[in-house]
Amino acid sequence: MADKAHAEEGSGLVFHPMDQFIVKPLFGDGPIHWYTPTNVTLWMALTVVVIVLMLVIGTRRRAVVPTRSQSIGELAYGFIYKMVEDVAGKDAVRFFPYIMTLFMFIVISNFLGLLPTAFTTTSHIAVTAVLALAVFLTVTVLGFVLNGTKFLGLFWVSSAPLALRPVLAIIELFSYFVRPVSHSIRLAGNMMAGHAVIKVFAGFAPMILLSTGIGLVVTPLSILAITAMYGLEMLVSFVQAYVFTILTCVYLKDALHPSH
Amino acid sequence: MASEAKEAGEATVAMPQLDPSTFPNQIFWLLVTLVVIYFVLSRIALPRIAAVLAERQGTITNDIAAAEELKQKAADAETAYNQALADARVEAARIVNEAKAEIQADLDKEIQKADKKIEAKAAESEKAIAEIREGALASVKDVAKSTTKELVAAFGGKADAKTITAAINARLKG
Repeated sequence: MADKAHAEEGSGLVFHPMDQFIVKPLFGDGPIHWYTPTNVTLWMALTVVVIVLMLVIGTRRRAVVPTRSQSIGELAYGFIYKMVEDVAGKDAVRFFPYIMTLFMFIVISNFLGLLPTAFTTTSHIAVTAVLALAVFLTVTVLGFVLNGTKFLGLFWVSSAPLALRPVLAIIELFSYFVRPVSHSIRLAGNMMAGHAVIKVFAGFAPMILLSTGIGLVVTPLSILAITAMYGLEMLVSFVQAYVFTILTCVYLKDALHPSH
Repeated sequence: MASEAKEAGEATVAMPQLDPSTFPNQIFWLLVTLVVIYFVLSRIALPRIAAVLAERQGTITNDIAAAEELKQKAADAETAYNQALADARVEAARIVNEAKAEIQADLDKEIQKADKKIEAKAAESEKAIAEIREGALASVKDVAKSTTKELVAAFGGKADAKTITAAINARLKG
């Protein structure tokens, strides 16, 4: 479909900012079953490879005085470890491997998605929804298992006036169930929007081939815009991974210490 | 054609993200990926990094402790050195005093010995001087006797020896 459309618009500007998000089978052109190796598989596998390179191959020397690659691994470790400890408390450290898994997957996927022609797995709501739901379900189950019915105290703001408490409870309950939605859409939306905007600017770049007059202005501007957006997207890639992880820690803290 | 139908279906979905036909595939591969990453991290990477960090912390703590120990040792050595110095000073003073006392004792002994010798010599000398003096007195008496006798004879007198001796003895006493 894409090839045909491209062929038709060969004479004009080509705008397909969403094509980069299409899930395609790696081999052939058949239907996509749940087990079909697709570009999702490829880029997730690359994510695993990069994580292994960073955290396993980079630290294989176990040097007391770290090499550069080992420093990167230690930095990532220390960054997330301290976040878990500071935000969710000392007793949340046993969940550190899970949170580290989430952070490493999101941050590496985001950055791999910034490579030209790459597929961004974290721009798909299906992926981020699974991540967010996993956090939501874990936190909710954990909250009830550890605290029993006391976990419901999370919705009963005992510091507020008694009359306001039922109203606040409804708001709190609602915001609690909105958490996974905002948690997942924030990440997917940010990644998708940034990549789509870059693609739109890229669509304007060949203007000079069509009309020299307008192209002299539009082409350099769009290239500049791509560069600027790319820089911004690098920041967004890290910040969104950070935000997703720190929110996970905040939710985890609610499960471990539900009192306000 | 099936592919054309699929095309139409895809075309209606503006966002590939909202195409539910790809969800099972994405979710399956996501779960596989997460499980793989989790096992790699929790089995290999995280324990290794934790061990390295702990080892570094241990090394730093040990080094600081060793430095502290060495510092303590240096302080101890200084104290010991000062103590030894003070001891040596006291010992030196003692030896000096001892030597002085010994020398004093030797000196006293020698002086006593010398004094005795000198006393003996002096006594001897006195004796000799007394003898000489006695001898001299006798000689003076003799000379005086003979001179007086001659003088008396020369003046034409005659004097007997007894008278002259008495006169001379009287004179010499005076």
